[in-house]
Amino acid sequence: MRLAVFVARRVVVLLPTLFFVSVLIFSLQKLLPGDAAIALAGEESDPVAIAGIRAKYHLDQPVVVQYGIWMGKVLRGDLGESLRNRIPVTELLASKLPVTVELAVCSMLIALLIGIPTGVLSAARKGTLVDVTANAVALSGLSVPHFWLGIMLILLFAVHLGWLPASGYVPPWEDLGRNLTTILMPSFVLGTGVAGVMMRHTRGAMLQVLGADYVRTARAKSVPERLVVLKHALRNALIPVITLGAIEFGRLLSGAVLTEQIFAIPGFGKMLVDGVFNRDYAVVQGVVLVSAGLYVLLNLLADILYFLANPRLRGA
Amino acid sequence: MSQPGVVLAMPSVAETPRPSLVRRLFRRSPALIAMAVVAAFVIIAVGAPHVAPYDPIKQDFRAIRKAPSEAYRLGTDEVGRDVLSRLIWGARASLLAGVIPVSIALIVSIPLGLLSGCTGGWLDGLIMRITDAMLAIPFLIVAIALAAFLGPSLTNAMIAIGIAALPTFLRLARGTALAITTEEYIESARSLGCSRARIAVRHVLPNIVPPLLIQSSLTAAAAIIAEASLSFLGLGQQPPAPSWGSMLNAAQRYLVQAPWMAIYPGLMIFGIVMSLNVLGDALRDALDPKQG
Repeated sequence: MRLAVFVARRVVVLLPTLFFVSVLIFSLQKLLPGDAAIALAGEESDPVAIAGIRAKYHLDQPVVVQYGIWMGKVLRGDLGESLRNRIPVTELLASKLPVTVELAVCSMLIALLIGIPTGVLSAARKGTLVDVTANAVALSGLSVPHFWLGIMLILLFAVHLGWLPASGYVPPWEDLGRNLTTILMPSFVLGTGVAGVMMRHTRGAMLQVLGADYVRTARAKSVPERLVVLKHALRNALIPVITLGAIEFGRLLSGAVLTEQIFAIPGFGKMLVDGVFNRDYAVVQGVVLVSAGLYVLLNLLADILYFLANPRLRGA
Repeated sequence: MSQPGVVLAMPSVAETPRPSLVRRLFRRSPALIAMAVVAAFVIIAVGAPHVAPYDPIKQDFRAIRKAPSEAYRLGTDEVGRDVLSRLIWGARASLLAGVIPVSIALIVSIPLGLLSGCTGGWLDGLIMRITDAMLAIPFLIVAIALAAFLGPSLTNAMIAIGIAALPTFLRLARGTALAITTEEYIESARSLGCSRARIAVRHVLPNIVPPLLIQSSLTAAAAIIAEASLSFLGLGQQPPAPSWGSMLNAAQRYLVQAPWMAIYPGLMIFGIVMSLNVLGDALRDALDPKQG
């Protein structure tokens, strides 16, 4: 099967999902208690202003019409305006998203550097103290609340040792060195959770592959164990792990919310929290919409990577 | 050569009965420790009024940010409240956060999952597309957005977390139900004239419980972290009511002067979440027919 056909099929399957995603996100506003126009007006209590909001957001129209108008604007790239600073939500997202993407990329690198080698070692030493310890560490990484881990790292590295800054962010084009020092702790915090997931999946995939006939054959041919693990087993075990990485990247966006709040990083996640506290519902909806869109895209990317890596799918 | 008319009796193979789930679970020492921790957590949460040494919301401005001592075992916070008492009472919010969202997810997912898995067709397609849509939005972002629109409170936080956890349970219930409906004993039941409803309740439902049990343990752990996260952001348990998450929020401002305010709530969250994850893993191993 060709890649284009595979992608086209996946996109067609995704369309109903995307439709329901848009309905769910639009419905969030309907959860607002009482009159939505009053809730959107926030502190503004002038009836004329509230009537203006009602007209602006078409709240006097039937729900289906409201959805149609909202969806039309979304498809044209109009996610509304921030109630707080009157800037288009799209513009805010464009400025904040790259910061979060940088954080997510650095976190994923840390997760891969820790998770994959640990998973390989754990599988190769199954049942030994190394395996038990690696499993315990991975489970700890999954169990530790990351906002608490961030606070503890600030206490140690910023407060006691003074090695790293406690908070803040410097863009890489301004000062790469300072950018890396500001991004290191938050990346480690986010990366540890994903490292635990990657480790467990790598271990599981490696154990499955190490039990395969061709691995048994390689061992029977007296191939050194190091080559059996790294050359024969790892290559096949990495296929599902790499596709998992694409999906986990999407989950990093979720974890970034708290991490950015603790380390005062002006990213996507902090934008969501600020939107919540300022009752800037257009911002909240915009962030949720973009998160969902990115997650769907990354899942599609994971499917494409799996298709490219697995020759059995290409030949189907 | 056998004599005609003589039937050779096959020697009977004595079958070793499989130990019960509880015994299979008790064989594993990490699972035993995890169960003990969870049991202690529940006892402390339920017995908070009798266990906590002080009133968790009573402020004492003469004891602001006191280090751990004889009088205050784990120190005091920024308004002189005993940290140990607030940790004990905070366990209640976490216990509710572990139980209520999972219950919401189970109550909704079991009937919908049975309906989707056993009926199939357009209804199954519709339920799955909605589930996929909910799964497309990252868990914590769903919970934050819902809590934001519903309003900040522990109740709304638990509803938000329950809704966010629902699609995973629904997919699991539906997938398991779908697999079971292809079994031969289901086919036999149909042939005997059993209605779909009877098949779903008598035959399918008992078999979807084990994987949902495993998921419940893992989701309870995730829900406790989610509640702590929402409370940390100010969207969950509202002050002055104690919650481990809101304690960490306050602790941020006093990291230098009072680090104990940050250390203990996090350790409590870590302890209970780790235990629930270990329990979930042990349940998965115990329910795996190839193991135990």
